[in-house]
Amino acid sequence: MAEDKESAEAIVSEVHKKIRAAFDVFDHEFNKTVDVREIGTIIRSLGCFPNEGELHDAIAEIEEEEPTGYIRFEKFLPTMTKVLMERKFRPIPEDLMLQAFEVLDKQKKGHLELEELTKYMTQEGEPFTQEEMEEMLSAAMDPDKNLIFYKDFVSMMTVDDPR
Amino acid sequence: MTSSPTGITYCKCLCVVICSLPTLLIPPAMRAALLIQRWYRQYVARLEMRRRCTWNIFQSIEYAGEQDQIKLYNFFGYLMDHFTPASSERNLISHIFRENNICHNVDWERYFCYKSIEVPELYSGPHLSFPITCSNAAELVEAFKNKQQLHSRYVLQLLGETWRLLRILPNISQISTCHNKEITICGDLHGHLEDLLLVFYKNGLPSSEKPYVFNGDFVDRGKDSLEILLILFSFLLVYPNDVHLNRGNHEDHIVNLRYGFTKEVLGKYRLHGKKILKLLQKIFSWLPLATVIDHKVLVLHGGISDTTDLHLISRVDRHKYVSALRPPKRKRQNRSGMTDSDLEDDDPTAKSVDSSRRRVHSLTHSSSTGTRHEVQRRSLQGLNNRVTCSVEEELKERRRQAGLSQSYGDLRNSLTNSDSDPDPDSGELLESYGDEWKQIVDMLWSDPMPQDGCVPNEVRGGGCYWGPDVTEEVLRRHNLTLLIRSHECKQEGYEFCHNRRVLTIFSASNYYEVGSNRGAYIRMGPDLVPHFIQYQANRATRALTLRQSVGRTERSALRALREKLFAHKSDLISSFQEYDPENTGLISLGHWAGAMEAVLRLGLPWRVLRSQLVGDTLDGMLDYHLWFRELAITEPNTELSNASLLETMYKHHSNLETIFRIIDTDNSGLISFEEFRQTWKLLSSHLQTEISDEAISDLAVSIDFNKDGSIDINEFMEAFRLVGGDLLQNEGDPH
Repeated sequence: MAEDKESAEAIVSEVHKKIRAAFDVFDHEFNKTVDVREIGTIIRSLGCFPNEGELHDAIAEIEEEEPTGYIRFEKFLPTMTKVLMERKFRPIPEDLMLQAFEVLDKQKKGHLELEELTKYMTQEGEPFTQEEMEEMLSAAMDPDKNLIFYKDFVSMMTVDDPR
Repeated sequence: MTSSPTGITYCKCLCVVICSLPTLLIPPAMRAALLIQRWYRQYVARLEMRRRCTWNIFQSIEYAGEQDQIKLYNFFGYLMDHFTPASSERNLISHIFRENNICHNVDWERYFCYKSIEVPELYSGPHLSFPITCSNAAELVEAFKNKQQLHSRYVLQLLGETWRLLRILPNISQISTCHNKEITICGDLHGHLEDLLLVFYKNGLPSSEKPYVFNGDFVDRGKDSLEILLILFSFLLVYPNDVHLNRGNHEDHIVNLRYGFTKEVLGKYRLHGKKILKLLQKIFSWLPLATVIDHKVLVLHGGISDTTDLHLISRVDRHKYVSALRPPKRKRQNRSGMTDSDLEDDDPTAKSVDSSRRRVHSLTHSSSTGTRHEVQRRSLQGLNNRVTCSVEEELKERRRQAGLSQSYGDLRNSLTNSDSDPDPDSGELLESYGDEWKQIVDMLWSDPMPQDGCVPNEVRGGGCYWGPDVTEEVLRRHNLTLLIRSHECKQEGYEFCHNRRVLTIFSASNYYEVGSNRGAYIRMGPDLVPHFIQYQANRATRALTLRQSVGRTERSALRALREKLFAHKSDLISSFQEYDPENTGLISLGHWAGAMEAVLRLGLPWRVLRSQLVGDTLDGMLDYHLWFRELAITEPNTELSNASLLETMYKHHSNLETIFRIIDTDNSGLISFEEFRQTWKLLSSHLQTEISDEAISDLAVSIDFNKDGSIDINEFMEAFRLVGGDLLQNEGDPH
């Protein structure tokens, strides 16, 4: 039992260090605070896949009662530790991603038109901003044909993952 | 396609409602969209994290290099001050400290004279005539765009004219936005000609309708530093009231030895390069230090400190500070009994003053020093008392005092409190020199920090870090509203700080690597509100996706980092072994991160970088010997058996190259075996490493690729080029 407790503590300690390391990258003033707008990046860089709504909720939990625009590490750490230990916001498997694209590809062409994808991404779900849309297109779209071959896109993005 | 704000809110509300419904009730298309958005945003966030880390890597390596450079230079300074003139080490390096000697300007003019240089018929580059016209200047821009080279005759002529003009300019230029003129302000260019051309393309060439301020660091790192200077100087000559140049910390011949400008000039002008460099040395020392717009906006290269005093700065003899890294020598008595000051570049520049050039302040005022003071004799006197100390002990003492901040104090201490010299005036004289020097270094080297206060800038090794309280105080004291500076690379080309009272502007895009950052310039009208124009040179980079540009920059940063790892291999292994007392060859990743920081001291987020540097681990434990082997850095291709010698050399190869170039007084690119040995001895005493004479001799022989008794500096440095290993190679990116 004692051994288990020790290894549990060790795991938590490692998790804390990981969170601290990611937080520090954005702590520009070296005073254990980060701009609230960077929290999403930090949480996601730790391997989580929250959607915007979930992120919003997480931030609400971490923010001060009177929001200052900054998040303190003392408040971030316990919330984030819980997120990681409970494995919230799990990654999305590659095959599920493919299915998602296939749902949008009603005619089962194997690719999506520029307008089709743009419409879905900017009008449905948690819409992309114009900048986000442009960036995704520049990565996903074949510029000559204005088509998105989503199968290739998904595998490319998944391979890119250094984890 | 952007919805109106209320549209988005509505959509978000709807979405929140929908998302809280049981999954099956959400229409499939929306579910799919949600999934894709969630996935893609995660990806972008991870890229952003990688980009930040990459940036940190480049920046910390860059500043560590500058710090290194300054330490080396301080070491030389110490040698100069404390060794008897006959010592051989001192002889090797003394020429870089030689002041402007016993030479009238007239003599210098003769030395720099271009008239005997003939331009051959075959020369197809641009021809310049003087006084230079704006079409000449525009022609020069076109010629450089077409990769032509200006003939050395014209280079020397142009530089000569520039030198003459700069001598009559004040330390601080005062300009105004009268007549509704908008002023354009550019930051660091660092030899990136394509960025300057892009700015001219977007903004127009300098003219009396289009005044420009160029805020220093025109040279080093990029490959067209000289072309940039020639363009800036030609426009300066045509429009002296509308083009303003501020000196940067890289407008300094000592810094140029390390960062590429010296090499560039010698490579492009084999015959006259040395002369050109000498003239540039003078020009750099005569560059103005700052510009003030409408008495409200201060523009200078580095920054300020809590002691910054513009009134003091406007009165200094700026050209005495040939290199900002070292204050000028006190007046020295030469054989004929005259002091250097009597022969300084005093007045006769009148002849070359054009009617179009405005003569503002006179820089020339006789220095108000009472007693002549001979520092050299003094430091030797000091040495007499300790003459029995060995060289090693002296150096040990010196090494104890590391860092420029202490060398301010050092310098003042060694000069003021050595022996009992009762001369009261000299104390004052030294004070004022110390103050002046500090003011100039602060202006050229400092960086802002978020916290209040003012502390020495130990990362770079020069100047200070100043806080928002210092900004407020200095601006208030001088009745200014904004400080514009450069000196630090910014991802977007510009950045505000200190409650928008300090603005950093950086004009070299792709500075660290293709795709690393944008460049920017400022347009400012009579309202003194800065407007920014951003750009990125190199069409290819604009077409890169976020992923590709991050990937490329990252690979470059990792390559640079790997070189550091290799250079510190034995230190790293020892450090790893401390965590592995039972010698299993394995350490935890946490310990790995700790050891990396302890040895490399780069302040990098090792845990975050871990995934990029370390491959497979066994249960979270790293086999560190295997890891080093897998980094697969091949040994440089020389037949050297002594691995630790090699490693030490590699670790300090920048310093080694700097010393080589200093020693190579005729700029031939070659040094003799004896000089090579002396170089090594100098470096090893600076670093506190022991290398036997025999090892050095063997090394020298094996490096002499031509077997002709001399060593080619470039060949030697080539031998250190490293080839990357599989572990860190590109993962599927076609670029």
